[in-house]
Amino acid sequence: MTTKDWPLWEVFVRARRGLSHVHSGSLHAPDAEMALRNARDLYTRRGEGVSIWVVKASDIAASTPDERDPFFDPAADKIYRHPTFYEVPEGVEHL
Amino acid sequence: MDTPLFEYTLGLADDALISAQRMGWWISRAPELEEDVALANIGLDQLGQARSLLTYAAELEGEGRTEDGLAYLRDEREFRNVKLVERPMTDFGVAMARLLAFATYQLHLYRALSTSSDTTLAGIAAKAVKEVAYHVDHASHWVLRLGDGTDESHARMQAALDAEWPYLAELFTPIDPSLADRVADPAHLEDAVVAHVRRVVTEATLTMPEVSRALGGGRQGVHTEHLGYLLAEMQHLHRSHPGATW
Repeated sequence: MTTKDWPLWEVFVRARRGLSHVHSGSLHAPDAEMALRNARDLYTRRGEGVSIWVVKASDIAASTPDERDPFFDPAADKIYRHPTFYEVPEGVEHL
Repeated sequence: MDTPLFEYTLGLADDALISAQRMGWWISRAPELEEDVALANIGLDQLGQARSLLTYAAELEGEGRTEDGLAYLRDEREFRNVKLVERPMTDFGVAMARLLAFATYQLHLYRALSTSSDTTLAGIAAKAVKEVAYHVDHASHWVLRLGDGTDESHARMQAALDAEWPYLAELFTPIDPSLADRVADPAHLEDAVVAHVRRVVTEATLTMPEVSRALGGGRQGVHTEHLGYLLAEMQHLHRSHPGATW
């Protein structure tokens, strides 16, 4: 039996060529090669993907819920950052 | 009926079927949940191969039996699998040593069979080649990690290889002469299979076992005492409730 748990890996699967890799879930594996194989068995057994990335969960730097307000709230009231804020003058071509 | 071809097909089918049943035993018992799923997937691939092969065997026999009839209603002495696949799983190292040997054999066999003149067998084999290539890959990675791991894992992996190796020879039993040039003859594959396994074993810092061959006989229906128990579990539901589906 394992006395130490295997590390956690985050799995990203690309469904088709031309699409981005999308986070599918996570799994445990002793190393990257086995993580790829486990990901193949867990997340692509019904033909969901053509490419897999695995990343050690501990290597991901993530924003924390505590930082949510300073991170994301200021964007909410800056409507000029959205293209819909600007009126398009009549007669403008090639926009 | 073409008896040699029927027996040959049944041998391939039963190897895959019995191995699948043993793989299924690991579900809930593997070291980690991820490995449970991996071994179940491998077992299901083998079961898929067994189903196609049993269906073809039933067709060759021409007596109205089905894949289920062959899988669930034959007794021990009528099974044609090698002893390698029927023995109990005693630890994870044994599972990986056996899978490495068996899947490598299947890989070489199916590759050869995929170009044979029997189009049904060639078709089944061509589909299965990719599956077993992955099984070889999975087993190889584990043998490498356990062999080249800790002292404990190295010793157990070596013990597992030593335990499985005597049963490898039976896979290469020559076929009936009437089948020559029609199917793949396992006797011609032995060198390639052993060389393939040797590469993995050596890289894993393990030693190729030097052990004498176990007695064969599986292809004639002579089995170890373990097959009866396996069949009792595998066949019980179908025999108690014939034709049950869900």
